[in-house]
Amino acid sequence: MLACLIGYFGDFDLAEEAAAEAFAVAAQRWPSDGMPEHPGAWLVTTARHRAIDRLRRDRVLAAKLPLLAPQPDSGEEPMPEPPIPDERLELVFMCCHPALAVEAQVALTLRAVAGLTTEEIARAFLVPAETMKRRLTRAKSKIKVAGIPFGVPAATRLPERLGAVLAVVYLIFNEGYGNPAQERQEPSLAAEAIRLGRVLAALLPAEPEVLGLLALMLLHDARRAARFDGQDLVLLPDQDRSRWDWPQIAEARDLLDRALPDPARQRQPGARGPYALQAAIAFLQTQTPLDWPQIAALYGELADRTGSAVVRLNRAVAIAEAEGPAAALALVDGLDLPGYQYWHSTRAELLRRLGRAGEARAAYREALALARTVPERRFLERRIAET
Amino acid sequence: MQYALLIYSKPGAAEALSDDEQEAGHREYLDIKKLPEVVGGAALHPVETATTVRVLDGQMLVTDGPFADTKEIFAGFYLIEADDLDQATEIAARIPAARIGGAVEIRPVVIDQAR
Repeated sequence: MLACLIGYFGDFDLAEEAAAEAFAVAAQRWPSDGMPEHPGAWLVTTARHRAIDRLRRDRVLAAKLPLLAPQPDSGEEPMPEPPIPDERLELVFMCCHPALAVEAQVALTLRAVAGLTTEEIARAFLVPAETMKRRLTRAKSKIKVAGIPFGVPAATRLPERLGAVLAVVYLIFNEGYGNPAQERQEPSLAAEAIRLGRVLAALLPAEPEVLGLLALMLLHDARRAARFDGQDLVLLPDQDRSRWDWPQIAEARDLLDRALPDPARQRQPGARGPYALQAAIAFLQTQTPLDWPQIAALYGELADRTGSAVVRLNRAVAIAEAEGPAAALALVDGLDLPGYQYWHSTRAELLRRLGRAGEARAAYREALALARTVPERRFLERRIAET
Repeated sequence: MQYALLIYSKPGAAEALSDDEQEAGHREYLDIKKLPEVVGGAALHPVETATTVRVLDGQMLVTDGPFADTKEIFAGFYLIEADDLDQATEIAARIPAARIGGAVEIRPVVIDQAR
């Protein structure tokens, strides 16, 4: 509904106020008059009328009036209208416009698309409500003053703009997922990101990366309950598989089947996107026995796509399982990631398996110096003691 | 909506191009100027010709050189009429300076309500 009104008026604040007024009118009338046949359409129409009244009263905006479709402003009884066109996609692209700062994109998307309150968003990101309010106000003001469009971008710009939208959704997911304190909170950012992912998958059912991102988030989330044992991090091979959400894993698999058609049938080899590839890896990691050569190959494809040293590090981990720690250590030592905790912890793990205990302990200590969360620190301290 | 496209160019970048490329770039600037969306604009002489004025305690202070001593220099601007920021961005992306080490800053123009 909000999407529809913002599309209609091109003004966030006006649309929000009008929507609130329409709900107030509904709360007053529906109990006595009965619910209208199309409640959604009724609310939108009422909100439009309210907003138009407001605009008419506002002399500064008087010049804009001819731009609005003529609407009867006498009588409160809205005409029956066809179902509301779904304008959430336009709204998503506006909220995730690259002319807005990423943190503003995230906040706007949660506010306008996911429907969270400003206070809820502030709580989820552990910032004062006043800070979040200012961030949203600044962003809304830039949308209005700079003329950020409410619309789906032209086909030539769609891939890059869709990339920005998916990045925002995945950022929201990781903000919740990587952080056990956030996961226990309401609202759960991971759950909100999955909800957004489902909306996008419904709106853009033919975009492989949209399906890939949703599958990826579902797969990570399916293992959520098994990732911690009290305060302790449990690594993938040690997780209690009976605590995984298997119906959710099956749902992700169906999405992946749509996102990653048989590569042999694809005209462009290597056109498989990074989210779908990561989801394919995450899916393979739920299967027994683990197909390490296949996982290593997918990491290789992903590294070629993204050029990321972190992905190459993950590939090395898969190679360690497929070919042994010596081959993997050679790859790891060829990467230059001295500020990255997992580079040190991966080296440490490989050195330990190769029986080089002294070097392994030194590498674990390097990782510990960079570790930020309590469960990770506890895990590394345990490893140093055991090695 | 009206937007100003502020063109910042990297000193020496255009001069490093061949004569033919410089000529082609010049033609591109003229072509942009002829677009129906473009309602005004100007190219500026090099920054060596700039003079900066400040008034301190009622006293006029004139100095040689530009106001901001930045790596990129403000070289000119277009004033355009566009539907929204995306349309303005598409036009900005056609400006040669943007692809040879410079950048274009897009600023919405304040419309005088009294008129």
